[in-house]
Amino acid sequence: MTLELQQVSRTVGGRVHIHPTSLTLEHGTMNVLLGPTLSGKTTLMRLMAGLDMPSTGRIRWDGRDVTGVRVQDRGVAMVYQQFINYPGLSVYENIASPLRILGTRAEEIDRRVRATAEMMRLTPMLERKPLELSGGQQQRCALARALVKGAGLVLLDEPLANLDYKLREELRVEIPRIFEASGAIFVYATTEPEEALLLGGNTATLWEGRVTQFGPTPQVYRQPADMVTARVFSDPPMNFVSCIKEGHRITFGEGEGTGDRAVVPADGVFAALPDGRQVAGFRANHLKLGRHSDQAVEFSCRLDVTEITGSETFLHLLHGQDRWVGLVEGVHDLPPGQQVSVWLDPAHVYIFAPGGRLAAPAAYAASERERAA
Amino acid sequence: MAKITLRNLAHSYLPHPKSEKDFALKEMDHVWQDGGAYALLGSSGCGKTTLLNIISGLVRPSQGRVLFGDTDVTDAPTAARNIAQVFQFPVVYDTMTVRDNLAFPLRNLGKDAGYIAQRVDAIARMIGMEESLGRKAQGLTADAKQKISLGRGMVREDVNAILFDEPLTVIDPLMKWELRTQLKSLHRQFGHTMIYVTHDQTEALTFADKVVVMYDGRVVQMGTPEELFERPAHVFVGYFIGSPGMNLFDARIEGNRAHLAGGAVDLGAAYDPLGGHTQIGIRPEHAVLTAETGLPVRILRVEDVGRHRLVRAELDGQPLNVVAPEGMAIGADLTHVSFAPQKISVYADDWRVAARNEASAGGRAA
Amino acid sequence: MEKTQNNRAWFLVLPVLVVVAFSAVIPLMTVVNYSVNDTFGNNQFFWAGLEWFEEMVTSSRLHEALLRQILFSAIILAIEVPLGIFIALNMPKGGFWASLCLILMALPLLIPFNVVGTIWQIFGRVDIGLLGHTLAALGIDYNYTNDPLDAWITVVVMDVWHWTSLVALLCYAGLQSIPQAYYQAAKIDQASRWAVFRYIELPKMKGVLLIAVLLRFMDSFMIYTEPFVVTGGGPGNATTFLSIDLVKMAVGQFDLGPAAAFSIMYFLVILLVSWVFYTVMTNMDRSQSDIPEAL
Repeated sequence: MTLELQQVSRTVGGRVHIHPTSLTLEHGTMNVLLGPTLSGKTTLMRLMAGLDMPSTGRIRWDGRDVTGVRVQDRGVAMVYQQFINYPGLSVYENIASPLRILGTRAEEIDRRVRATAEMMRLTPMLERKPLELSGGQQQRCALARALVKGAGLVLLDEPLANLDYKLREELRVEIPRIFEASGAIFVYATTEPEEALLLGGNTATLWEGRVTQFGPTPQVYRQPADMVTARVFSDPPMNFVSCIKEGHRITFGEGEGTGDRAVVPADGVFAALPDGRQVAGFRANHLKLGRHSDQAVEFSCRLDVTEITGSETFLHLLHGQDRWVGLVEGVHDLPPGQQVSVWLDPAHVYIFAPGGRLAAPAAYAASERERAA
Repeated sequence: MAKITLRNLAHSYLPHPKSEKDFALKEMDHVWQDGGAYALLGSSGCGKTTLLNIISGLVRPSQGRVLFGDTDVTDAPTAARNIAQVFQFPVVYDTMTVRDNLAFPLRNLGKDAGYIAQRVDAIARMIGMEESLGRKAQGLTADAKQKISLGRGMVREDVNAILFDEPLTVIDPLMKWELRTQLKSLHRQFGHTMIYVTHDQTEALTFADKVVVMYDGRVVQMGTPEELFERPAHVFVGYFIGSPGMNLFDARIEGNRAHLAGGAVDLGAAYDPLGGHTQIGIRPEHAVLTAETGLPVRILRVEDVGRHRLVRAELDGQPLNVVAPEGMAIGADLTHVSFAPQKISVYADDWRVAARNEASAGGRAA
Repeated sequence: MEKTQNNRAWFLVLPVLVVVAFSAVIPLMTVVNYSVNDTFGNNQFFWAGLEWFEEMVTSSRLHEALLRQILFSAIILAIEVPLGIFIALNMPKGGFWASLCLILMALPLLIPFNVVGTIWQIFGRVDIGLLGHTLAALGIDYNYTNDPLDAWITVVVMDVWHWTSLVALLCYAGLQSIPQAYYQAAKIDQASRWAVFRYIELPKMKGVLLIAVLLRFMDSFMIYTEPFVVTGGGPGNATTFLSIDLVKMAVGQFDLGPAAAFSIMYFLVILLVSWVFYTVMTNMDRSQSDIPEAL
């Protein structure tokens, strides 16, 4: 099955919730909707499900227009952030409920419930009530209910947000496995870049009701189409610094002192850039505390706060007016307020045009793509 | 501000607890330093919320005492403890303006208007809400409301402690960064004793000087983030800290070698003979895939998680995770794994064992 | 909010339209018809225009009934709302006692109106009623059949007994929805009991309180059965409220024209007040949700 959104938009009471959006989700793919709260992830899902009507545009399944078709007749399944199960029914009956509504034969129900429970590792708990289960098991029960009827489209709206960190980690590994076994189109909304990366598949980044980019997840991560996408798909947030290209060189930063600015030759991916002012962006993990490559350039920053995770240290830095975050290996308990030198390899720098479009991808990402191809 | 002493503290929700397993919180003895930033870390049901409620005075412990400084507050009600608390979901007084919300605790104490105004302005500046002081709290976004809760917690200068109960649950990832650093600098600036309850290891490790890892009603380890990462005292800490957690393998320990998977691993130090169930633990970050050195592994899957690669493999039928650098090619030639010897921890019956020459740092927690 | 388009859906509304037409619209039109005509029975009608309306607007009888009605509604609201809030605040929050309280509170609401009237009619009688007899024994001169004030007190107390539970139950539901964290935060902020009520409980009860006030206002403004059973509108006209007066006029005196005009004005007043409440309530909801939780 293919799900196609054609110029779909939604406006409620004069407020645009989704700008005209076109997306094609192929049979058997995992699709992540990544964006902050209120970016339109849930609205987009409700449009896909048929819970809401688009203000403009058409929705097609395998070329068939389903825009006006009721949600009950579409064959979709949805899992929410809250663990929604029938509290009075056993896990078995909860999973069986969608099939009972469809009027499936009893033997068939039993077979499918047991197969789904096995896949979701719920077999030992079939006779229990949902509230006697842990949060992770409750959400697995809700997932099983969504999967049992073999819906062609499974929508997951931040399904792990209410779970403990470690349980989340376990289910993140399990969900791709379940997805592969089901063969349906999965759509998964999340606010966390890390979750999108772990799930793989395709990612659509959302910002203020617009899909800013859609493509294979690692590609969107490494080749963000614009600044907004780069920001949405970076945790810690992407660092930015203004830069100027003049002929054969690029200058990062503005100040006059040493360490305020760095000059690099405009070769490789930078060669084709037009002259003038642009914005450079780079991720936290590409800042280093020592000179790690021959091309690396030095910036001097004021250290605001350090956060130690055990094996790594987050450095919160002030470079001129810009706030940067560096993620460096090892434990560095540096006193706040002091000046520190951080190093950046220009191969890890993205250049964005003044309007925010990507002007030059980071060289490392471009070469990685070639290697993958 | 005060140091917090928990003396022989234990709690059971049953009226007549019989065995140890009836206790939601098993007996513990701890002193938390004045001005420290502590995190209580554990999964749901581990007792961390019970402990927080005992400190805030919501729950009276079944046994033991709680001291703030030298004062016994075990029987003191919440209002008398002079503490502040930030909850999981933002608690603001909807009908009040942001200014009145921040001023509320001070007004209740009958402080004079000039002092209140000056204090509210200072707090508003710190949490970056000077612009919205005159607005109704109702209708603000979740993270703005949570900032108000935070500000209300900080407004009294003389609180004994500030308690945080999973305060970033409803906050977007990007905003989490801002609030977390704000908290951190507020702590540096004012030196309040802070206790932060969470199930999120990143929040706990980045916030606290000392992380208290709880498991099944017990404190299994209290230490700096580095100690928890490098020398987990209990296999639970190894599993819980780090993402993914520590790899654990059953192994036979002989002197400075561990025997497993038909091979042997150098432990870098000698161990006394051990009884019981012995295991070795190695962080995914400290395991390296090689062509032929080390133990044979089978690679199942490679995940690209952005800043590094996560290799899911199998060692002698047991799962093994390896963290490889971003962009590293994982070819078919990588058939072995080797462990950095000084990074291996040895466990007997789930508790870490110190090597013969190792000082007993990070040993069994009380 | 727009939903799936399906024109067949209109057919499903048809039965309701038919029922409403028979149950409300047609009888209402009959009343409108009566209000602008004069009739002596035999289905003969003479056009009267707005004559009845003019008569009613200027009728001192109606003015007095209206004043009594407003006074009655004001008194019972002034008693029942604070009393209901007070009871709700002091009810147990959970467990056996909470269930017991809920059942006891619900009891008066389950008794048919005329039975409530009969209960109090007997209860207040000086000769055999427990209340009346006790008061008389205590030397208090109480007789609701003779003394207008006693009659008023009896009717008001009866209404408070009958309906305070409703306000209390609604408020209780509102209070139950307040997360514990709010109370805990207030304790930590060292707020007084009054501040907890003023800044936490009252704002959270606002929605249900408006519904309670609306229900109690409409109901008390239309009250008929209970005072009719207890006092029959007397002594004199002391407890003749609008609906009692209306029934006297329409059924007792068979003045169908004035009674119809009266009904229409009565109906419009209630409609107006309900509309005002509705507007206030929806505006309040809007200001509460000007930032939606999730798109």
